[in-house]
Amino acid sequence: MLGSLNRGMSESAYAPRLVLQSTEVLDSPRHSALVRITHWIFTLSFIGLVISGFAIILAHPHFYWGETGAIGTPTLFSLPLPTMLGGPSGWGRYMHFQSAWFAVLSGLLYAISGFLTQHFRKRLLPARADLSWGSLRASILDHLRFKRPVEEDSYNVLQRLSYLAVIFLFFPLMIVTGFAMSPAITSVFPFFVTVFGGQQTARTLHFFIADFLVLFLLVHIAMVMLAGFKSRMRAMITGRTGGGKQAS
Amino acid sequence: MNDSISRRKLITSGIAMAAGASGLAVAASVASHYGLIPPDSGGIWGVGETLTYATQRLLMSHHSLAREFNRSEVSKVIPVSGDPPKTEPFQRLLAGKFADWRLTVDGMVARPSKFSLDELKRFPSRSQITHQACEEGWSFIAEWSGVPLSYVLNLVGVSPQAKYVVFFPFDESWDSLDLPDAYHPQTFLAYNLNAQDLPTPHGAPLRVRVARQLGYKSVKYLSRITVTDNLKNIGKGFGSAAPEYGYSWYAGI
Repeated sequence: MLGSLNRGMSESAYAPRLVLQSTEVLDSPRHSALVRITHWIFTLSFIGLVISGFAIILAHPHFYWGETGAIGTPTLFSLPLPTMLGGPSGWGRYMHFQSAWFAVLSGLLYAISGFLTQHFRKRLLPARADLSWGSLRASILDHLRFKRPVEEDSYNVLQRLSYLAVIFLFFPLMIVTGFAMSPAITSVFPFFVTVFGGQQTARTLHFFIADFLVLFLLVHIAMVMLAGFKSRMRAMITGRTGGGKQAS
Repeated sequence: MNDSISRRKLITSGIAMAAGASGLAVAASVASHYGLIPPDSGGIWGVGETLTYATQRLLMSHHSLAREFNRSEVSKVIPVSGDPPKTEPFQRLLAGKFADWRLTVDGMVARPSKFSLDELKRFPSRSQITHQACEEGWSFIAEWSGVPLSYVLNLVGVSPQAKYVVFFPFDESWDSLDLPDAYHPQTFLAYNLNAQDLPTPHGAPLRVRVARQLGYKSVKYLSRITVTDNLKNIGKGFGSAAPEYGYSWYAGI
C-alpha cells in the first residue's frame, strides 16, 4: 500500500528526471550482483562475528584501559554477565576468526569493485553543496521528524555520510583493534597496539565499536522497513525493485 | 540459439568448476608441503583456522619479536589459571624440590637426553619482560628467565625431517609448536618468574614461554619434549589437547 503510494509520488515528482535517463539506466538493477552477493555474505559473517564476540566476552566480561588487566586489578567496567569458562570462548574464537575472514574478504571485494566502478564516488560521496550546514540541518531535521523519504534513485546526505563512515572508518577500526590483540601480528606491526596505548585499551575499543556497529545495523534495518521492507529486500536479493519502469 | 548458449554456459562452467577443484587440490598440497596447514584444519572451523595460520606464516617474518617492556611496567598482579597437577609423580617431585626431576628430550633427535634443573640453569639464559594474554581476555606483563628452546634443540641435534616440537607436562595440557615458533629467539624454557624460582601454580619447575602466542600455548609443569614430523598419532591428532576441548591449536591471534 505504502509502496504504491511512494511509487505514485515518485512517478509524478520525478517524471521529468526519468525522461532524461537512458533506458539502460532504467534497466540496470538498483544493486549490482557483486554488491548483492557481498552484502549477504557480509550479513552472515557479521551475525557470526556478533554471536561469537559475545561468546568470547562470556569468558571474561570485564574491561580495562591500558596495557594489562585481570581479576584483582582495577576495571574500567564489567558487564552484568555470568563468567563461563572452558566452552563459549573456544568455539567463539574459532567462529570469530572464520567469520572475520569471510567479512574481510567480501568487504575487500566490495571495496575494490566500489572504487573500480566509481560506486563510492558517484553514489556515496556527498555533493559539496549537500555538506553545507543548512543542507545537513535540513536533512537531520527531516530524519528527526520521521519524514517519510521520497522514492529516489540516490542516497541522501546523511545516508551517504553514515555508509562512508561505517565502510571506511568503523570497519577498518574493528580490524585494527582486532589485530592489536594478536601477539603474532603485533610482533610484526607493534604500531597496531601502541597507537591505542595498550592491548586492553584496544580490546575495550573493539567492544565499543562493535556495539556501535550493531546499533548501525538496527537503524539500517529500521530504515529499510520505513522505506518499504519488501521492495528493499527484493532490490538487495534480485537487484530489481519490481516497480515497473521506475528508476529506484 | 538459446540452446547453444546454455550448452556453452554448461561446458564453460563445468570446465571452470573442474579447474577450481583441481586448483584447490594443488593449493592444498603445496600448502601442506610448506607447513601452512594447521593440525586442527578439519571440521567446520578448518577454513578460518587454515586461512589464519597460513596467512600469518606466509606474510609474517618468522623472526619478528614480540614487544618487550621495562621492569617498571611489570604487573603487580600475576594471575594464575588452573591448579598444579595432583598426580603422585608430580607431588613426589614437588616435595623433593624437583631435585629428582629430569626433562626428557627425545623423538627425531640425534642425541636423546635428560636434563636436570641445575643443568638447564647452567646453560646460557635469557630474560625478557613480555605481555602475556589469556584467550579469555585478561593479560599481564612479567619478566621470565630461562634457556632458549633453540639452544636445547641444537644440543640434541634435531633431524632435518622434523616439523613439530611436542611438549608433555605432568597434567593433560600437552601442546606442540611448529619449528618457526620453536626456534624463535623469544621461545624458551622458563624456570624463573620475576627473578624468583617459578612458583608452583605458574608451572614449576619448568614451563614453556611462547611470546608470539596466547598464554595457553605456554605449557606448564614440563616433563618431556618430543621432536616429530607428524602429530597424527598423538592424542586425537589435533596437535595439542586444546582442540579436543574446542580451542584452536594455533594461538597467535
